[in-house]
Amino acid sequence: MEELPGRKSEKTAATEALVKIRGLAKSYRRGDQVVPVLSDISLDIMPGDFTALMGPSGSGKSTLLNLIAGIDKPDSGELRVAGIDITALGESELADWRAANVGFIFQFYNLMPVLTAFENVELPLMLTGLSRSERRARVELTLDAVGLSDRLQHYPNELSGGQQQRVAIARAIVTDPTLLVADEPTGDLDRVSAADVLAMMQRLNAELGKTIIMVTHDANAAHAARKIIHLDKGEILAQPGDKGEILPEPPS
Amino acid sequence: MASATAIPLSYVARNLWTRRLTTALTAGGLALVVWVFATVLMLDAGLKQTLVTTGEHDNIVAIRRGSETEIQSGISRTQANIIASHPAVALGTDGERMVSKETVVLISLKKTGAGKPSNVIIRGVSAKGMTLRPQIRLAQGRPFRPGSAEIMVGSSIARGFEGTAVGDTLHFAQRDWTVSGHFDAGGSGFDSEIWGDADQLMQAFRRIGYSSMVVRLADAGDATLEQLRGDINADPRLTNEIKREQVFYSDQSRALSTFITILGLTLTAIFSIGAMIGAMITMYASVSSRVAEIGTLRALGFRRSGVLYAFMAESLLLGLAGGLIGLAFASLMQFASFSTTNFQTFADL
Ligand SMILES: Nc1ncnc2c1ncn2[C@@H]1O[C@H](COP(=O)(O)OP(=O)(O)O)[C@@H](O)[C@H]1O
Ligand SMILES: [Mg+2]
Repeated sequence: MEELPGRKSEKTAATEALVKIRGLAKSYRRGDQVVPVLSDISLDIMPGDFTALMGPSGSGKSTLLNLIAGIDKPDSGELRVAGIDITALGESELADWRAANVGFIFQFYNLMPVLTAFENVELPLMLTGLSRSERRARVELTLDAVGLSDRLQHYPNELSGGQQQRVAIARAIVTDPTLLVADEPTGDLDRVSAADVLAMMQRLNAELGKTIIMVTHDANAAHAARKIIHLDKGEILAQPGDKGEILPEPPS
Repeated sequence: MASATAIPLSYVARNLWTRRLTTALTAGGLALVVWVFATVLMLDAGLKQTLVTTGEHDNIVAIRRGSETEIQSGISRTQANIIASHPAVALGTDGERMVSKETVVLISLKKTGAGKPSNVIIRGVSAKGMTLRPQIRLAQGRPFRPGSAEIMVGSSIARGFEGTAVGDTLHFAQRDWTVSGHFDAGGSGFDSEIWGDADQLMQAFRRIGYSSMVVRLADAGDATLEQLRGDINADPRLTNEIKREQVFYSDQSRALSTFITILGLTLTAIFSIGAMIGAMITMYASVSSRVAEIGTLRALGFRRSGVLYAFMAESLLLGLAGGLIGLAFASLMQFASFSTTNFQTFADL
């Protein structure tokens, strides 16, 4: 268990948790064998938090993230996002909920190779009622914010890894979601691009107040967050009186 | 708000374009099916068209009862005269009976170019033979002179066989026949025939009786036809049956039409099974190579149905491309023409 000097997180009772998890469990079935992945997870993520989810490979980080983001369903336990019990939503309702509330950033960017940077960022806006010109304005603004206003018509294979991840970030935030989730967003990037992406996420958190949950096994990346949750073998490592949450050093 | 068809068509189309070789091969397979099917329909429709224009509604053909073609048929001179004198037969402006007693013989002629011999119908007609077929027009030269060794050739024959220019001579039945002119039968079966004087041809081919006779009815109504038919059946000297000319030619080639249709449908069925399997493999590969993309689309909030629509659209687009290519090639087929005009000349095909 890692000890980092720093303040303890203040829990203000007045603020409602954005993500509230109680006794969450998830197992996968492999053949006739049931493999438990998460057991009895409880945690709160407050609005405006930038949380890193750390742990060794196979500890269930991605599984937990996918549950929170509503692309997987838990076996049991309570899971509320912004007060909504997302475990109770049906297939299509959940898809609509994701479109409106969650922005995804993946390790391998997951851009559509046949679409330009502009079209990739526009894709989630297709699910909104925005007009063509409104979409165009939003996409241009967002790509400008990630520093790619001169790459609108480039296809993913014409962009560097760092640039592709910035397109992916633009795609994640273009709908202005409540929650940003990132699974190893720097896992496939060189140091400089990784620092770039992390700085961008810090800015999204600090300046726009975005709530971010980031899975990483890289301690450097985790330090960009404001809180770290350690996961091991499907359980949150308990910190006395602190549910395992530790504040890293404030970014210098 | 969230629409199920939100995945843009550009995504669908560009995915097809990205895998353009596979797309082209799959669309090509589908195109082949459409092409075969459309070509068969065209052949069949062309055949029917030819047959209908071959006959006149108020003409009837008399043949020996039970024979299917004019080649097999025979009518004696006596029988021909009895039928010709029936009151149902129309009179021409010259007061003569509108009747053509005809003899039909198959000979083998050399085609131009390849020089391969092919079967051709020689039809000996009476003086009224051309008048009875108003769709026949003189295209070049002049009609054959009755009582002479002159012949006229139809436009398909003039185009496809050696020694058929006006003034040329053709040798058959131990005689030389001079081509006096070309006629155009408006795409009907007569275009693939050679016409001459019935009596001259019968002498040359040593025939005693006619093959068939064509009669113009005084009245095109069914009542007149039935009356003539009844009288023919009642007369013990007559062993003939009559049909309207149009019915006669379409009956004659019904077997060919059925053959083309069955052959075509069989080919179409075989090819379409192949093309379907091809399209299935293509679409399966398309889906399985994009599992990650599908996952991303789902994560972004596209519904299952939306993703399904995108892949459906992709396969429909593929099918549409194949169909259009197939139709484009099939429509080129209209420039290819076969003289499949009747059963006897099927060798032309
Ligand atoms: N879809 C799945 N089916 C079966 N087992 C799975 C599935 N997803 C993850 N697992 C298993 O769950 C465990 C945790 O996986 P994951 O959450 O991806 O770990 P992490 O992201 O921390 O590396 C692993 O042992 C993995 O094999
Ligand atoms: Mg993982």
